[in-house]
Amino acid sequence: MAVTTTKTVAVDGNTAVAEALRQLNPDVMPAYPITPSTGIMQSFTSFVSNGKVDTEVILVESEHSAMSAAIGASAAGGRVATATSSQGLALMWEMLHIASGYRLPILMALVNRALSAPLNIHGDHSDGMGMRDCGWIQLFCENAQEAYDNTIMAYRIAEHLDVRLPIAVNMDGFIISHSIESMQFIPDEEVKKFIGEYIAVDPLLDIDNPKSIGALVLPDYYMEHKRAQHEAMTKVQKVVQDVSAEFAKLFGRKYDIFETYRLEDAEVVLVALNSAAGTIKDEVDRYRDKGIKAGLLKPRLFRPFPYEEVGAALKNAKAVCVMDRADSYGGFGPMYMEIASALYPHRGPVLFNKVYGLGGRDLMPLDVDQVIDETIEVAKTGKAKMAKEYITVRN
Amino acid sequence: MSTTQEKPMTLKSLSHKQDLLSGGHRMCSGCGAPTIVRQVLLAIDEPVVIANATGCLEVSTCLFPYTAWRVPWMHSAFENAAATASGIETMYRSLRKQGKLKKEMKFIAFGGDGGTYDIGFQALSGAMERGHQLLYICYDNGAYMNTGIQRSSATPFGADTTTQPAGSKIQGKTQRRKDLTRIMAAHNVAYAAQASPHNWKDLMTKVKKALATNGPAYMGIVAPCNRGWRTQTNDSILLSRLAVDTCYWPLYEVEGGKWTINYDPKDKKKPVTEWLKPQGRFKHLFAPGNEGLLERFQKYVDQDWESLKKLQEMSKS
Repeated sequence: MAVTTTKTVAVDGNTAVAEALRQLNPDVMPAYPITPSTGIMQSFTSFVSNGKVDTEVILVESEHSAMSAAIGASAAGGRVATATSSQGLALMWEMLHIASGYRLPILMALVNRALSAPLNIHGDHSDGMGMRDCGWIQLFCENAQEAYDNTIMAYRIAEHLDVRLPIAVNMDGFIISHSIESMQFIPDEEVKKFIGEYIAVDPLLDIDNPKSIGALVLPDYYMEHKRAQHEAMTKVQKVVQDVSAEFAKLFGRKYDIFETYRLEDAEVVLVALNSAAGTIKDEVDRYRDKGIKAGLLKPRLFRPFPYEEVGAALKNAKAVCVMDRADSYGGFGPMYMEIASALYPHRGPVLFNKVYGLGGRDLMPLDVDQVIDETIEVAKTGKAKMAKEYITVRN
Repeated sequence: MSTTQEKPMTLKSLSHKQDLLSGGHRMCSGCGAPTIVRQVLLAIDEPVVIANATGCLEVSTCLFPYTAWRVPWMHSAFENAAATASGIETMYRSLRKQGKLKKEMKFIAFGGDGGTYDIGFQALSGAMERGHQLLYICYDNGAYMNTGIQRSSATPFGADTTTQPAGSKIQGKTQRRKDLTRIMAAHNVAYAAQASPHNWKDLMTKVKKALATNGPAYMGIVAPCNRGWRTQTNDSILLSRLAVDTCYWPLYEVEGGKWTINYDPKDKKKPVTEWLKPQGRFKHLFAPGNEGLLERFQKYVDQDWESLKKLQEMSKS
């Protein structure tokens, strides 16, 4: 049942995102079930069966076809959304590049889950990091409220005429998707007003002005297409900030390109995405109570990555531990690489990398404490013992 | 039946219609595919939107910044023309339902046999099962011609391809081809048919029927490829005719479970060697010692033809 209330509700992350999608009322939703995102699709199809949305759902036979149909539908000239996780996203990978290359503002709810092998259905960021270079805007969310709010904001960002790019809203599988939290929904009418009518750009179904979409482009023009895509990405950050500011004004909840928690004078800093940030905030408070200047930076906008602002926010810390819930085997964790790039122009803090929580392994407060303790030590000595290390793992 | 079918379809009347695939594209001279596409588009009176799988037709007709298409046309990848078309057609239905779009349109997806029988098979099966209002047309030249004549599951038995070449130990393709039209018929689609560009009237009538049916439709059309078949560029129509006259490529249609053979050569059925002989890809089959392979080819054709006649007979009652 659709919940439309400004009152506080208790729902899980999937229900929250499904509710946002109901309010967004996309014209077409192609989707294929995969744990842990299936709940979104199940809730949404019940909206369809009960006439709560205008959406036509396409129950495709694979995620590759889900993204292919999303691309066809979006190019045809309307709003499109889909939801997936892990292997489903991996199967879409070819088409993710085509969605962004065709500048189609498709919305994807990505419920982050580990990639096989070994098979694992639980939350980590391997899938989201795997689409890092696909040309999609990527937003990461700490909890159900953020997942809901970012989903409501997603079309406004993706469809902006300076942008016209697909967007993925990430939340942690199970930890958020299947956990009930208290949060707030925005009334339907206000969502409708906030997102506005869809403006189709060069729709395929404009039969009187036939267009060819998807030409073969050889070396003589390929780079110009790619540069145009790059330039669109450079416009995203401002649009995200503008849309977030408008959202805050209307609905009260403030978002920026990243969140800082007690960071201003922090000497010992952790960087982490999504749900782990909640646990880290608690521990930052505990260390602050002990007189330790600890802080957190939680990126929200991962693509495009706000290097300049992140660098400026971190440059005065003494030591920064970047927590990655994904690995680039043989390299640093993907978030570490971004933070290192962001800090490159500064004579910044000592930087080191911890890989945690793969395949849904819990990150407990005591684990965070160990990381903070080590970061304090690194801040004192000016040296990291290990550049990159797996934590909460058997030896 | 649509009203458009009532109009007489003559070469003279068709000559007044605009070609919706313009000249100046980069398809090889003698290629069957653009002839097929032009016949398909000439058969339609309603607005039509095209989805195209990656392949010869796609790369040669829309090379940036040019396009040969005078109708809305979209390509996204190799294996997904049916899925892409599903998305386009569903957006059309959604916008129509919401009153945001007024005009009626038809939807066609084109793919070669590689993009249809092999890598696109799953997407095609899914789209047909879901019942989208679209016609999927496979122009079947029996190999991955775009990338240099590699074997596909549509490649005929014995054919020499660059990935299953005829050599001293292996005489080309060792397997029979997949019979996709029958597999599509087994999806209980609204309409499934085989056609050939030498019989334009049959082909165009089938396109009209396919688009007039209420549901998904599939057409397999034999498409001579002089590069892959190693034939003369001016023999394409002759070879498509021989494919039908030898019963290698029978013209038939399946509508609501009823199988109809549209052309039965009866006692004029030619031996398949008449179709094989002019094609360089089968040259090795005519070498001394390979008589058994030719016999096997003929046996496969005969078996398929007989079973097709039985399907027609059985579905009469």
